[in-house]
Amino acid sequence: MIALLWKLFFTFFKIGLFTFGGGYAMVPLMQEQVLAHGWATEAEIINFIAVAESTPGPIAINMATYIGTETAGILGAFFATLGVVLPSFTIILIVAKCYEKFRRSFVVGGCMSGLKPAVIGLIASAVLSIGGTVFFAGGVLVSLTQASFWLSLLICVLALLLAFEKKTHPIALICLSAALGIAFGYLADLPVG
Amino acid sequence: MQNIERKEGETAPRTGLLSLFFTFFRIALFTFGGGYAMIPLIQREVVEKKKWLTDDDLLEIVAIAESTPGPIAINTATFVGTRRRGFFGAFFATLGVVLPSFIIIFVIANLLQQFAHIRAVQYAFWGIRAGVLALMVKALVNMAKKCRRHLVSYAIVLLAFVAVAFLSLPVILVLVACALVGLLEATLEKRRSEK
Repeated sequence: MIALLWKLFFTFFKIGLFTFGGGYAMVPLMQEQVLAHGWATEAEIINFIAVAESTPGPIAINMATYIGTETAGILGAFFATLGVVLPSFTIILIVAKCYEKFRRSFVVGGCMSGLKPAVIGLIASAVLSIGGTVFFAGGVLVSLTQASFWLSLLICVLALLLAFEKKTHPIALICLSAALGIAFGYLADLPVG
Repeated sequence: MQNIERKEGETAPRTGLLSLFFTFFRIALFTFGGGYAMIPLIQREVVEKKKWLTDDDLLEIVAIAESTPGPIAINTATFVGTRRRGFFGAFFATLGVVLPSFIIIFVIANLLQQFAHIRAVQYAFWGIRAGVLALMVKALVNMAKKCRRHLVSYAIVLLAFVAVAFLSLPVILVLVACALVGLLEATLEKRRSEK
């Protein structure tokens, strides 16, 4: 148990230390680490993202608490959350004392000019693998013959249209996707996994 | 309750630790989606109501939060806390921003474990996963729009993508390498402009 708690703490410490930019920037690293430890399946991770997005608070904290709880109960939640918070906390504590210098630092600026585009590439990679899980859970060829593939494609396209054209709020989109999921699921009598 | 300790202007001698705690607790409780969604609320609570920061301070903090690791909300809470009351201020402000998430998610995670086997819940999450994909595509497009229009930046986007999506290289390794490339490019640029 102690080994697991330490692993949760250390893993989320790494995630906190290497997440630059808010919101979804943590997803690629979190996905990699959580899958490597076998703490959740890719489908579960996508479920977590939805829960983290539709509950108050920073996404990173929500994800850490969620995975900690699922893996090792309240202690797991505590250590995962502590891990994800500690790097920011420590670094800001130091930077707050000399933030003028930090702001104008050549090294920080240089590193950030490499990190910002890197995060875009990493999120693109996360989108690709999440797309694979959403649409092709049973393999590409099998999926194309299944109703579930076409129906989830329909939900995704609808959500994309609303997100881009109508600027629909993320939480509204998640609620709508859930309602469509239930409706389509019962209408097409989809198999449950 | 926290209004009792409300201070007028920057000259106020001491900011209460409880006041820091409750202000950030409220900010976290009423922000959905994290990241930049939190900035307007921080502006209203911390700048306009409490006057712990000026608008310029807030801009500085956002800039710093962008170039330090970790969630922006944590960075801002720690920063404001440190500047008002040093270490303990940072501690209570950060605790405030973390606690609502922690409690809410802990309850939800336990509830979901009990309802996960229900057919309707499974269908709901099946639909939600398709919606989350759309949300991530939206986030990706928004970030790509803000990308610096420069060949080196485009090359880094592509290399980071290929390295993780197809070569399965460790994410941390890719991040460190890209940071070094950025630093190298900035150094070369500086040399060139000095000549």
